[in-house]
Amino acid sequence: MSATLQTAETRTMTGAEIVLQALKDNGVEVIFGYPGGAVLPLYDALFQQNAIRHILVRHEQAAVHAAEGYARSTGKVGVVLVTSGPGATNAVTGLVDALMDSIPVICLTGQVPTHLIGNDAFQEADTTGITRPATKHNYLVKDIRKLASTVHEAFYVSKSGRPGPVVIDLPKDILIGKGPYSEAPQAPHRSYRPQTEPDMASIRAAVRLLKGAKRPIVYAGGGVINAGPEASRLLGDFVRMANMPCTNTLMGLGAFPSEDPQFLGMLGMHGTYEANLAMHGCDVMLNIGARFDDRVTGRLNAFSPNSKKIHADIDPSSINKNVKVDVAIVGDAGAVLKALIECWQAEEQPQDQAAIAEWWRAIDGWRGTGCLQYRQEGSIIKPQHAVKRLYEITREMGHETFITTEVGQHQMWAAQYFGFQKPNRWMTSGGLGTMGYGLPAAMGVQIAHPDALVIDIAGEASILMNIQEMGTLAQYRLPVKVFILNNEYMGMVRQWQELLHGSRYSESYSEALPDFVRLAEAFHARGMRVTEASQLDDAIREMIAHPGPVIADIAVAKDENCFPMIPSGAAHNEMILAPGQEGGVTGVTDEGKVLV
Amino acid sequence: MPDSLEPTLRNATIAVLVENEAGILARVVGLFSGRGYNIESLTVAPVDADRRLSRITIVTRGTDMVIEQIKAQLDRLVPVHKVSDLTLEGPHIARELALIKVVGKGEARMEALRLADAFRARVVDATIESFVFEMTGAGEKLDAFIALMRPIGLAEVSRTGVVAIARGPGGFEA
Repeated sequence: MSATLQTAETRTMTGAEIVLQALKDNGVEVIFGYPGGAVLPLYDALFQQNAIRHILVRHEQAAVHAAEGYARSTGKVGVVLVTSGPGATNAVTGLVDALMDSIPVICLTGQVPTHLIGNDAFQEADTTGITRPATKHNYLVKDIRKLASTVHEAFYVSKSGRPGPVVIDLPKDILIGKGPYSEAPQAPHRSYRPQTEPDMASIRAAVRLLKGAKRPIVYAGGGVINAGPEASRLLGDFVRMANMPCTNTLMGLGAFPSEDPQFLGMLGMHGTYEANLAMHGCDVMLNIGARFDDRVTGRLNAFSPNSKKIHADIDPSSINKNVKVDVAIVGDAGAVLKALIECWQAEEQPQDQAAIAEWWRAIDGWRGTGCLQYRQEGSIIKPQHAVKRLYEITREMGHETFITTEVGQHQMWAAQYFGFQKPNRWMTSGGLGTMGYGLPAAMGVQIAHPDALVIDIAGEASILMNIQEMGTLAQYRLPVKVFILNNEYMGMVRQWQELLHGSRYSESYSEALPDFVRLAEAFHARGMRVTEASQLDDAIREMIAHPGPVIADIAVAKDENCFPMIPSGAAHNEMILAPGQEGGVTGVTDEGKVLV
Repeated sequence: MPDSLEPTLRNATIAVLVENEAGILARVVGLFSGRGYNIESLTVAPVDADRRLSRITIVTRGTDMVIEQIKAQLDRLVPVHKVSDLTLEGPHIARELALIKVVGKGEARMEALRLADAFRARVVDATIESFVFEMTGAGEKLDAFIALMRPIGLAEVSRTGVVAIARGPGGFEA
């Protein structure tokens, strides 16, 4: 004890220095931020060191999305630094986005000095109050002696258990004052110690169900990605060992290779016909690292009605929240998969191979529908074709490719037509559905992977929500490619208006769009516009070959809808298919119209 | 949904042991309002100064699935040490405290005193025209006494929420 105090006393620093030292000790190499009055002491300390690189964004929301992109593509904690008041409130959308998608982010916010808190001081906001439901946890540091331990704890909280965003609110007098620095504590946290190792009894119960299954399915989500690349490898091992079909959620894409014959594609509202029908018809379902989100389940009382359900999740509050399950496993997805594999190998009960072969025949029948087929005819580019060619060309060229998206139809087409063979290559705003996510997220990915090909698949409406970040790309020479599927509509809004509101396209037309080529050029980037299908491949190659940032404005069919679609309020076996495909349904129920 | 499928609601008394730190009550209350859970009553006070622990007792109402959710959601708050559904985990004692001001003269005054005696309410303040009674007990007992005081001259009521503890030797450690 006395030794610790001794060390602490000998290492007195300013609050700003303590923050930077704690960041360094937690392995931080880069932070995304925007300066302002309350955080000037931190910026002054940043100026006087070289260990941490600061990336100056153009809007605080973008700083958080950039940190998310950095975190999701590396598995590390992303760090954000913003000022008080508007700096903090601008960051809120990003924080909720990270909360919904379980992304580890630490956001340092400036605050007015402690003696002014509550006085409506200039640029004061109740940041901890505002961000309480927007974060996994938040702190207001009012005592410099607790500053170092708070930063260390924030890292532990952000990345432990189900990851998430953490805010540390830093009053200016704390940053200027002097205090002791302490290293990260070795002792376990007083109250927050999430379970990561699964209970073996539940693993055995799961394996017994899975071994006896005639129509099994594995439904894997973002939890597998968050558990690290080893978890994805184990998922592949388990699925192949058990000869089961595997489907991924939007967040889980890349956890299982898209080109593996056992992959059924994404499931849910815009999932494949085969994935959704397999979910509907299975007799045993293993959900690993997904949360039975409403985009996935469709109408709850018709969700996979005849199956025994096993749910493995690191967050006990995700279990039995939407769907009552038969076997609950609390643990880290990697640890759960390792235990499942060991137990599977030890369990002597044979699988019913004949039944499973029959199940695969049924699945192959559904696959025969070709639910993602489209016809590229004439000169107008189909958006599906644009994404598919983007995928195929990047595959041919052999680049290490990372994809981010904005939110809407283009996002779903990207999920359907771009294949991912590895985890951490796909960054999209799933839970919150934040338009404007993709460009700043791509920035964060590119910072972490300077030599990789990073593409933001965007829509012409979404991209305008954080277009100012083109300035950041220019400043740091980040060669991000923005691939806009431009249909001159907020496409998903237009699609719902067509299907649910009598084709009354209220306010969903993208009126008065900028000239994206000149916009790119104004931001020192390369601009391209493609209007003919015959030009598409060359344009994609040219975009990829260009060494700097590019906006490729791809004019696509204006009225294309995204199918298959489980309309809201419908079940997995009630999909709307593309015109001309057989087996689907039409229309939306009155109950469904209430849902989003 | 047909009536037979209507999920049944139950009351639950939940004990939560938390770090005694700024903002903890806001976290708990915000969790309930944000997720649309009911709070029938909520009581909080420090219970262990050395270890900086407070205990929150929440009475809520919901289906079994919702109450399981509430427990899980509370348990994942970083400053929460332990959560227990006292209603599920065996017999427990639940008490409320009320301070009840009754104003009146003459026969009404005597009647108030007689009833207070029968209910084991204590007189903690008296003037020639008023009493303040202190009463502890189950919520229904307090409700009954307050209802009786109303025609006599009930002037003001101040009540705590429920505090509760499990029967038997078992402890609720962090």
